[in-house]
Amino acid sequence: MNQKILNGILLDEKTELTLVDLCCACSSAEEWIVELVEEGALEPFNLHSIGKQHTQWLFSVDSLQKVRTAKRLQRDLNINLAGIALALNLLEQIETLETKLRCLEIS
Amino acid sequence: MDFKDYYETLGVQKDVSQGEIKRAYKKLARKYHPDVSKEADAEIRFKAVGEAYQVLKDPEKRAAYDQLGSNYQAGQDFNPPPNWDAGFEFNGGDATGGADYSEFFESIFGQGFGSAQGGHQQRSYNTRGEDHHAKVLIDLEDAYLGATRSVTLQSPEIDSSGHVVNKQRTLNVKIPIGVKQGQHIRLNGQGSPGMGSAAAGDLYLIIEFKSHSIYRVDGKDIYLDLPLAPWEAALGASVKVPTPAGAVDMKIAADTPSGRKLRLKGRGIPSKDPGDLYVITQITVPPADSDAAKKLYQKMQAELAYNPRSKLGV
Repeated sequence: MNQKILNGILLDEKTELTLVDLCCACSSAEEWIVELVEEGALEPFNLHSIGKQHTQWLFSVDSLQKVRTAKRLQRDLNINLAGIALALNLLEQIETLETKLRCLEIS
Repeated sequence: MDFKDYYETLGVQKDVSQGEIKRAYKKLARKYHPDVSKEADAEIRFKAVGEAYQVLKDPEKRAAYDQLGSNYQAGQDFNPPPNWDAGFEFNGGDATGGADYSEFFESIFGQGFGSAQGGHQQRSYNTRGEDHHAKVLIDLEDAYLGATRSVTLQSPEIDSSGHVVNKQRTLNVKIPIGVKQGQHIRLNGQGSPGMGSAAAGDLYLIIEFKSHSIYRVDGKDIYLDLPLAPWEAALGASVKVPTPAGAVDMKIAADTPSGRKLRLKGRGIPSKDPGDLYVITQITVPPADSDAAKKLYQKMQAELAYNPRSKLGV
């Protein structure tokens, strides 16, 4: 067995991903991610200052999960972009509420 | 190999229309989609439903399955009879190459079923290897102390005879101090190998905390229920409080009620800007299980004149 210990890079809140990084990491086409942004399903940090210059967009790390979930929803359930945006939004709300609930729960 | 009842999987009768099969599938696919469902076996259910639909949505496959299945019940040991498929014409055309089906499915619809796996093309140009993603489960304590975790990955690969085989490899990965739920660790070059002279892809590990018996986690903050004896809560006390990095002493002010949220600053998940540990007080009542205990309670009852329901106006 491989006993070498690998040191990865922790992607924290300060990590910024470019559109190309995001495409590579999620095996997605650039155009598709642009569509997700246009639908409001995904928001680069600097969308307001940069506008439509895709190449300069910077994304937070949680976009990784969002894009991958979006891909699976489209592939498995045939959901369109507006539906994906809504589903991502609701999933995020559920996640927040469940975390809150867990913290308030008295065992 | 067990016989699979695809109708049962979709929760429909054997004589329903194609339309009804589609509706049943769509409903269950939404319900068990692993991104949506919180149920532990969602992924298995989702795959089972997908496999059932793959067969029943296609009238030819459905007819073949019906003929084959008329003598079987779910869970019964199953072996496809020789030449069972004589007289059926399958044109395949499933665009779901790569999906992993059960042994049962493969034995019937696998080889020679025209569902050609799309013949893996060998590309000659240089393409960067694909990035991979995997989950790694850690204990909350690992985020405080750091750890090394081994991660076993299964990746489908094409062997020399052109078959897809699952290859296993184990990596030992350092979990850095300060990781939080849902964060990613990127291992450069641990994804798929690149084509030609291009670089290999990366591996992204998504951190997930195992649920803990006493702590609850919200981002970088930790929550803990802290039981107190009535006299500790009433008189004030210094009590020991566990934290994932070891126990600390905490001052409890006099007249602390149950459910009060007390903060241990900086005792959450460590980092430059560490989280906090929130202690929720919980006053527990000692049982009146001896004469001495009963006497003490009776004395309090007689001397304290305390009405816990005064705010309710009774």
